Amino acid sequence: MIRLARRDNPPLWLSAVASVGAALAALALTAVPLALTGAPVAGAFRLMAEGAAGSLFAFTETLSRATPLIFTGLAAAIAFRARLWNIGAEGQLYAGALAAVAVGTGAVSLPAPALVPLVLLAGAAAGALLMLAPVVFKLRFSADEVVTTLLLNFIVLLFVQMMLEGPMKDPMGLGWPQSEPLVDEAVLPKIVDKMRLHWGFGIAVVAAVLAQLMIDRTVWGFEIRAVGENAPAARYAGLPVTRTMLRVGLLSGACAGLAGACEVAGLKGYLTADLSPGFGYAGIVVAMLSGLSPLGVIPASIFVAGVFVGADTMSRSIGVSNYLADLVVAMALLCVLVGGLATRYRVEFTRRDART
Amino acid sequence: MSAARGPQAEARAPARPVLSLRGITKRFGPLIANDDIGFEVAPGEIVALLGENGAGKTTLMNIIFGHYVADEGEVSVAGPDGALAPLPPGSAEAALRAGVGMVHQHFTLAENLTAFENIVLGTESLWRLSYGGGGARARVEAIAASSGLDVDLDAPVSRLSVGEKQRVEILKALYRDARVLILDEPTAVLTPQEADGLAATVRALAARGLAVIFISHKLAEVVALCHRILVLRGGRLVADRAAAGCDRATLADLMVGRSIEVTRTPRRPGGPPVLVLDHASADGERGRGALREASLVVHGGEIVGVAGVSGNGQGALAALVAGLAAPRSGRLEVLGGTIRAADPAAMVRRGVGRIPEDRHREGSIGRMSIAENLMLESVRDGAFQRLGFIRRRAAREHAEEAIAAFDVRCPGPDAPIRLLSGGNMQKVILARALERSPMLILANQPTRGLDVAATADVHRRLIAARDRGAGVLLISEDLDEIFVLADRIAAIHHGRLTPSFATETLDTRAVGLMMAGHDPTTQEPEFETAGGRAP
Amino acid sequence: MTATLDILANPSFWAAALRIATPLIFGVLGALLCERAGVLNLGIEGIFVAGAMAGWLSVYLGLSLWGGVAVAALTGAAFGLLHAILTVPLGLSQHVTGIGVTLLATSMSYFGYRVAFPSVTSPPRITPFQPLDPGPLRAIPVLGEVLAQQTALTWLAIGLVVVLGYVLARTPLGLALRACGDNPAAVESQGLSVTALRMGAVMAGSALMALGGAFLTMSAFNAFFFGMIGGRGWVCIALTVFASWRPGKALLGALLFGAFDAFQVRLQTVSGGVAPSQVFLMVPYALSILALLLVARRADYPRALMQPYFRGQR
Repeated sequence: MIRLARRDNPPLWLSAVASVGAALAALALTAVPLALTGAPVAGAFRLMAEGAAGSLFAFTETLSRATPLIFTGLAAAIAFRARLWNIGAEGQLYAGALAAVAVGTGAVSLPAPALVPLVLLAGAAAGALLMLAPVVFKLRFSADEVVTTLLLNFIVLLFVQMMLEGPMKDPMGLGWPQSEPLVDEAVLPKIVDKMRLHWGFGIAVVAAVLAQLMIDRTVWGFEIRAVGENAPAARYAGLPVTRTMLRVGLLSGACAGLAGACEVAGLKGYLTADLSPGFGYAGIVVAMLSGLSPLGVIPASIFVAGVFVGADTMSRSIGVSNYLADLVVAMALLCVLVGGLATRYRVEFTRRDART
Repeated sequence: MSAARGPQAEARAPARPVLSLRGITKRFGPLIANDDIGFEVAPGEIVALLGENGAGKTTLMNIIFGHYVADEGEVSVAGPDGALAPLPPGSAEAALRAGVGMVHQHFTLAENLTAFENIVLGTESLWRLSYGGGGARARVEAIAASSGLDVDLDAPVSRLSVGEKQRVEILKALYRDARVLILDEPTAVLTPQEADGLAATVRALAARGLAVIFISHKLAEVVALCHRILVLRGGRLVADRAAAGCDRATLADLMVGRSIEVTRTPRRPGGPPVLVLDHASADGERGRGALREASLVVHGGEIVGVAGVSGNGQGALAALVAGLAAPRSGRLEVLGGTIRAADPAAMVRRGVGRIPEDRHREGSIGRMSIAENLMLESVRDGAFQRLGFIRRRAAREHAEEAIAAFDVRCPGPDAPIRLLSGGNMQKVILARALERSPMLILANQPTRGLDVAATADVHRRLIAARDRGAGVLLISEDLDEIFVLADRIAAIHHGRLTPSFATETLDTRAVGLMMAGHDPTTQEPEFETAGGRAP
Repeated sequence: MTATLDILANPSFWAAALRIATPLIFGVLGALLCERAGVLNLGIEGIFVAGAMAGWLSVYLGLSLWGGVAVAALTGAAFGLLHAILTVPLGLSQHVTGIGVTLLATSMSYFGYRVAFPSVTSPPRITPFQPLDPGPLRAIPVLGEVLAQQTALTWLAIGLVVVLGYVLARTPLGLALRACGDNPAAVESQGLSVTALRMGAVMAGSALMALGGAFLTMSAFNAFFFGMIGGRGWVCIALTVFASWRPGKALLGALLFGAFDAFQVRLQTVSGGVAPSQVFLMVPYALSILALLLVARRADYPRALMQPYFRGQR
């Protein structure tokens, strides 16, 4: 007889299996709409794989696309650990980018070793500051942070558009709403020559390692986990619940802000209102795929970035819309939720009657 | 299935049963919650189902009511013609239709609806254009009047008292023409006087032919009210006998299976005051259950018990002593210092050991390890962190010591605490609360839901703490517990705290009166309060 | 000041306010239906997109306008079913699942649009709903003129306010749904299925949300654009709290919101470049946050909102 039994304590490797399974399931499910368009399914997936990792160039493209996703993924993972539903990484990313541009386009003139950190710091600070309001609203007015962070995304994007059409518009930009380019001292150097991959990726990886250390080994991490798992018990035990929430909000916002700053300082060199094709929202998917583990954010980001980069390649070759990538990512989110549930059960094979 | 069922043989076989259980067995993993249970109940009979926590009472009732499906066995209910018909398993709706009504310990009422709306909920087609038509109102009123269940039908349930809510629950069952009524621990939430009122109602209903199953672990009320007594222990039915002539001591032995004595040494008076409440008021949750001008002194070396039906301000009182709230007016002194602001961490630093009411909600963090739960209150101490990094070896060693000292049965310090049984989880919480030898201990419902052995262990540790000179504030709904542990007893009613009286001078009736807000001073006991003598 | 009065006295202003309010009425009704039963449905934003796309596309492909409305509602119900399966019997996080449904519905709609129209420069158009003659109501001063500019979908929205208000307040179904959102055990103890009620509420609520989207492509505009929903779904979630989960107040809240929005559009034209247009465009989002802040503290959330319920467990 086969039956489902509840697993009290799913092992860690199992959640990794669930994530990989969810990623594969998402790809498999996307084959259905892909087939409906009449495109060759196997060929399309092969093109996607080649586009994402078929050559050194392709792979560096994927890693460079993964960079902002690591940051926004960390933003979501850290916040979700404390049950703070920061869905506003998209807005915080733009706030970070805007601050990076404000500092890095000549307002401050410093040598590169000082200016680059300053640009990144400005981005982190702007992201953190933007997250402060929803956290305060939550703590002070019990206003649901999901709604406030989501609505702030739209406000920030409009604000960015306003700045790009107004005070921060590049006079040399031929009328396009874009900022002035960053000065050379503010630009993040490339990792590989002639490729777009920049040191922002390195910083992202370091941030993920630090975040993992913080969660596992520090008092802050202890408090974040305690507040997230059971806020009333944390409060009863005397842990600083309010301060932890604020700290988590600021850290989460800072991560998302860094995503924007690195995109500007490492990849684009200037700011436009279409800087992010939804990195903030994809960060939520990344975080869920990682099982809210900061280190897990790295492979999860690379997967999601690979889907995006691969879909672009595939789209260019056979003309299937690259919105397919968004479809895969959305499917992956729902699949990993179900997968996480599945890890809590195990299939048991039992024999009803004794052996003969 | 043909194995001898010894105890049943003793029972008088009821004529034409209305409910019949045969061979009910239910397993949860390796645990056998119900093991081959069978009995019958006749119309008009009041049957007690006695058993300790974990004996399988609730599981059995959930099977009868269709919330669980039994692995083996059959539940049958008599139809209108009196012939028994098996109940389809796992269907609450079928149980309801067959005339089985159940009043759960935690009420199943929608608080945003009125009493009447709760009663008619689900009794008519969902697609009708209005509810409560077709004389429903008149029927509910008639049933209420004839059974003496007095309730304001148009009041939102959120405004009803506990007793009224219970009456709504019984009306729900009667409105559905229940022929079997199951009451799950109905008196746990009532004062002794309210419980008497309930007993009268139950007798009247039984006289009209209703079969009642009365679940309880209180021997006295069961012997007084019921016709027949069934005893469950460890999932098995160990006794089924007429109540008349039943001896409480024997029942107790049947229920527990072994006797566990808590030795109680007389208190040594004269410790310094460790907790002083002087006309202290505090808000309750959601504007209910506030504490009003409470005065109380707890000295070192004594246990002061606060009796009362839940929701009468215990929460606010506990929140004050736990540091979750500050008094809105009046004075709160803890271990010599005056408390002005809510700060649980400061309470811990002052040396208050706190055992919260709900070990899942406030006492532990289920998915964190036992070691982490043990250092929840002290993670910022130098012992456990250096420069913001957790000293993991120190934490682990500390946990191993605590696990050994408090005899916590667990896979190890790194296991998530939610895997532990209630008793072992409570031991972890006790270890955390008691390890630094606090001089004031708040014990809020410290044994709720624990089995006999775990309860005895908690009691022993609280008495040991008292004997080394700590003062204990014990808040409990369980009067037996209060009488076993407390040196002095106060009661709380509508947020008001009565003066406290030496335990020797009180009996259950007197405490019951205090819990109902009456003055028990006719007995002229000796007492002491912070606010002066009672009139 | 006189500019303000001029704007407020103009029936076309109120007609615009009602037009802006209509999708929000659908959305808030849908959200409150889900939430009254105890399920937060953050799939709303994506369901708006899917409803807008599905309704419009079916009309473009030859279906009647009302056929398009039906397709939109069914599309919404289908995404509602997905959300319901994941959150009700499976009990997954309603927050994250909702975001997932939004991402899925949005990407499916965009992908579908791109598949149907791989290379169009200007969006294909349909003939949308036309204003409906209010008959004798036309004679009422101001209001008559306002109503004369509304299409059948606006009338449908107002009608649904009445219907949903009645169902929730007066019918056995409404009792059961409200009880589901307060204490599911109360529903189960009376022999009703919490799972069925909640799933039904989420599907019906999602269908309403999709109608909000369909209004945009089939009445307010005549085509489908990327990003055209622009956060209206999230606004509805905030307005639901503002409306304290009551259909009547939902209508009021949506109208108030519509009036503010219509007002800023007119103020923008009247004021002529005092501030950049984006400042005005931010107003609706800022207003939603403000509305939430005003009421969130006192809000009487359904007690069982976001609490999964499993049978036999209390």
